[in-house]
Amino acid sequence: SAKIATVASEYSSSEKPNSLKDISNYNNFYEFGTGKGDPAKYAGRLTVDPWSVKIDGMVDKPGTYDLADLTKGMTMEERIYRFRCVEAWAMVIPWVGFELSSLLQRVGVQSGAKYIAFETLERPDEMIGQQSRTIPWPYREGLRMDEAMNPLTILATGLYGDDLPKQNGAPLRLVVPWKYGFKSIKSIVRITATNKQPETSWNMINAREYGFYSNVNPTVDHPRWSQASERKIGGLIAKRQETLMFNGYEEEVAGLYKGMDLKKNY
Amino acid sequence: MQTINQTARKIPAWSLYFLGLVPVSFLVFQLFAGNLGVDPVKRLEHELGEIALQLLIAGLAITPLRTKLGINLIKFRRAIGLLAFAYVAMHLAVWLFLDMQLLLTQILKDIVKRWYITIGMLGFALMIPLAITSNNLSLRKLGGARWRNLHKLTYGAALAGGLHYVILVKGWQVEPMIYLGIIIVLLGLRLPQLRRLKLA
Repeated sequence: SAKIATVASEYSSSEKPNSLKDISNYNNFYEFGTGKGDPAKYAGRLTVDPWSVKIDGMVDKPGTYDLADLTKGMTMEERIYRFRCVEAWAMVIPWVGFELSSLLQRVGVQSGAKYIAFETLERPDEMIGQQSRTIPWPYREGLRMDEAMNPLTILATGLYGDDLPKQNGAPLRLVVPWKYGFKSIKSIVRITATNKQPETSWNMINAREYGFYSNVNPTVDHPRWSQASERKIGGLIAKRQETLMFNGYEEEVAGLYKGMDLKKNY
Repeated sequence: MQTINQTARKIPAWSLYFLGLVPVSFLVFQLFAGNLGVDPVKRLEHELGEIALQLLIAGLAITPLRTKLGINLIKFRRAIGLLAFAYVAMHLAVWLFLDMQLLLTQILKDIVKRWYITIGMLGFALMIPLAITSNNLSLRKLGGARWRNLHKLTYGAALAGGLHYVILVKGWQVEPMIYLGIIIVLLGLRLPQLRRLKLA
C-alpha cells in the first residue's frame, strides 16, 4: 500500500522498474562507506526527522526551511526514470518527487543567478563513511540554471510510493536522469543560487575523469572505462545493453547543449 | 617455528588443491542461492580477483618466511602458484563471459585503451609460462637456475595484480592500497638478494 499519494507523469519510462530490494541494497553513498552494500548496512542510524534545508544565495526568500514546509502543496508525482551510474551499470527507478523548478520559483531565484549548488548533510557521528577522508566533505553538486529548471529534474522524497530509504538519500535528494548518478546528490541540506559555476565533489577529486556536466554519453568514454554499454542490474546476470545518448532523454534535453562540444564539456 | 614446520611436514602438498577449490565452490553455491547481492556477477568477479591477489601474496611470502623467520612452507608453493593462476583465469573468464558478455569490439578496445585492464591482462600473460612450467618435468628440462629465473616473472604478475586493483576503483580506497602495499613490501624484501645477484 502506497504511503504517499502520487500522480502519474508523462515523463515516466515504460520500462519495468528494478525491485525495491535491488534499488535499496546497491548504492553508492560514500557517506556510509565505499562498498555498494555499506549504505544499506549503516544508514539506519541517520536522523532524517527533523530535517531542514538552508536555501541561500541569489534568491528572494532565503532561509532555513523545515522539510515539511518545503514540500507543502507540491504535487507529488511518480517518475519512473532510467538511472545510469558512471560505473556503467543501470537501473530503472520509480521515484516520488516534485520538480525542482517549483521550489526554485517558490523561493524566487533572482535573474543574475546562473547555477544552483547543492550540499549533502555532514554529520560524521551518523554518517560513518565521513570519518575517513574518501571525499572532501560535505558532498557537493551543481547544475546550470536551465538544467535545474528542466521539468525532468526533480527533488525526490520517495520510492515505490513510500518514503525514501535512508540509503537512497532520505529525506530529500536530487534526480537528474540524463546525467550520471553521482550528479543526483543525496540527503540535501543546502541549496544555493549563484552566478558562478559551483564546485562539485567528483570534479574536485578528479577533474579529468568527472566533468561538471557529466551527461550520460556513450561516445565520450571515462578515461578508465568505456561508456558505450552498461549492465542493467537485475537477475543472476545483469544484461549488457547499449548506453543511450543522454540516457534516453535526448529529446527532452539535447537542446540544452546545442553548439557545445560535449567531448570538452564532459 | 618447529611446531609449524613439523605440522607442515605432515600435510601433503596435494591437499592444498582441494582446499583451494573451497572458496570458488562456496561462491558458486552462493551465486545460485542468490546470496551474492544485487549484482552477483560483479561480486563474483571481484571475489575471484581478490582471492587471486591473496594467493599471489601467499606465494611471495614463502621465501621471506623461510629466510627471515625460519618457517619452511616451500613444498606448498607450487600449489599456491597454480591456484593463483586458476583464480586469475576464472576472474578473467567471468569478466569476458558474464560481465562483458563477449562484446568483442568493446573487450578489445578496453584491453588496449584501459590502463587497468591492460595491466591486468599483462599480469595474466606473465603467469601463463609459470603455470605451464609448474611441474617436475619442466623443472628438470629447464634446469634449476633457468627455471628460477623464469619464475621471477611472479614478481611482475603480483605487481600487475596489485596495480590493476588500485587503478580500477573510484578514488583512493584503502583496501586496494593495502594489497599493493603488501606486495611492494614482499618484493622489497628481495632487493638485497637481487643486488647481490647483479654483483656476482
